[in-house]
Amino acid sequence: MDAIKEFWGYWRDDGRVGTRNHVLILPLSPAVSTSASWVQQAVPGTVSVELHQDIHPSVSGYPLAIRTLAGWVDHPNVYATVLLALSQDDPVVRDLLPQLGHHVRYRLVSLEGEGGRRAAQEAARQVAQDYLTASKSLERQPAPLSQLILATECGGSDACSGLSANPSLGFASDRLVEAGGTSILAETTELIGAEHILAARATSPSVDDAIWETVRHAERAAMRMGVDFRGGQPAPGNIAGGITTIEEKSLGCVHKGGNSPVAGVIDYAERPRMRGLVIMDTPGHDVMQFVGMAAGGAQVMVFTTGRGTPTGAAIAPVIKVSTRTALKRQLPDLIDFNAGSIIDGVQTREQVGWALFRKILSVANGERVAAEILGHREFGIFQGWGAEA
Amino acid sequence: MARSLQPVSSQETREPRVLLIHPNDTVAVALDPIQAGTSISIAGIEISVRDDIPFGHKVAIRDLEAGDWVIKYGEKIGVASQPIHSGEHVHTHNLESSRGRGDLLVAEREVQ
Repeated sequence: MDAIKEFWGYWRDDGRVGTRNHVLILPLSPAVSTSASWVQQAVPGTVSVELHQDIHPSVSGYPLAIRTLAGWVDHPNVYATVLLALSQDDPVVRDLLPQLGHHVRYRLVSLEGEGGRRAAQEAARQVAQDYLTASKSLERQPAPLSQLILATECGGSDACSGLSANPSLGFASDRLVEAGGTSILAETTELIGAEHILAARATSPSVDDAIWETVRHAERAAMRMGVDFRGGQPAPGNIAGGITTIEEKSLGCVHKGGNSPVAGVIDYAERPRMRGLVIMDTPGHDVMQFVGMAAGGAQVMVFTTGRGTPTGAAIAPVIKVSTRTALKRQLPDLIDFNAGSIIDGVQTREQVGWALFRKILSVANGERVAAEILGHREFGIFQGWGAEA
Repeated sequence: MARSLQPVSSQETREPRVLLIHPNDTVAVALDPIQAGTSISIAGIEISVRDDIPFGHKVAIRDLEAGDWVIKYGEKIGVASQPIHSGEHVHTHNLESSRGRGDLLVAEREVQ
């Protein structure tokens, strides 16, 4: 197999490369979410999200929220952002703007500053239209694969996740890492019972320690509630699919990290400082994982699923991979790639792994995925594991 | 569309597929639904399946005592909560997690 060494993307002023060239309409308060959607619809071709959480210093996880929003605005897939706020004196505005580098293109529009909702929406529409027009002048250029950050995730796991989709994704992830790129493995609660496998692949004692400590922290957070994981992990859908325990689910999940050495452990929404396979500390919640990995700068994402889900991220393509051929047939408009041919016995993991690697690069080059075509843009920010007892 | 009906080999007539992921595993994964009473051959061992095993679910390939580790992917996936016989369905009724058990922590506190 010929080695693929580059993809075609949008070079940014800070030296990173986008797989998309989005104009993002980002609300900084739930109260302006409706306005953000209005602007997005008024300027077709832009993207927006709805914010349902209050972003305020009094709410737990505030620093995580600021870092997440900053990571979205300062993302290689984003050409420019229209920030919508109630007031330019809001704490979120005060704390977010200093986090943005000089290269970041954005404009803040506030209801207070514009003198009302209609005026603010109209002002934001005009800015969005100007940004969109300007963004068209940028063209894709070749970029090395070392510029690519892949986000990996599994959801609705079934007994085939660990046999077909996740090992295929792990194979593709290993090929990207070999080419100098970066792959993010997340979902800390689903590393429980498999941490020893990852720790054995740590590149240094400090990474080794970080893996054990990160997993222990998430496990304690669950135990502090005086419940066991059996209520929530594995989820009822996982159990119906044949998964009995969290350890079993985790052992299937970690396959998506392939066999690469673990180069680092990073916090939620943090940008990887190292290349290679990196673990990001995230909850098991699908949407929060995507949002956090996007904030970390991931430009392309793969979601393996045994039950199917339409979930997508507004600024990064999410490639849906089915674990079984029957699922691809059941949900043809949601699934981008079928790994079930491994279960059917007609293709090997390596064959499907190479095909998935090529699919990832094709999507990085601009091929649209189901979640983009259907307009999926789910959004939610992790608030942290809570303080140790 | 006219199409001649031909006898198709159904799942009942061919042997259901069962996957042993790792040589040390004490359970195998059903890649086809298996009916109770079916005989299957895994790694050269003939096993009589005692329960209906749904697609993707686990079947014990040897006898286990209560308290024994259950092994899949060559790794511990939990503990047998009751004796398990070869050929039995292994799931939530006879296999328990040993991780994230805040319920056990509470039980411990209540005893003290």
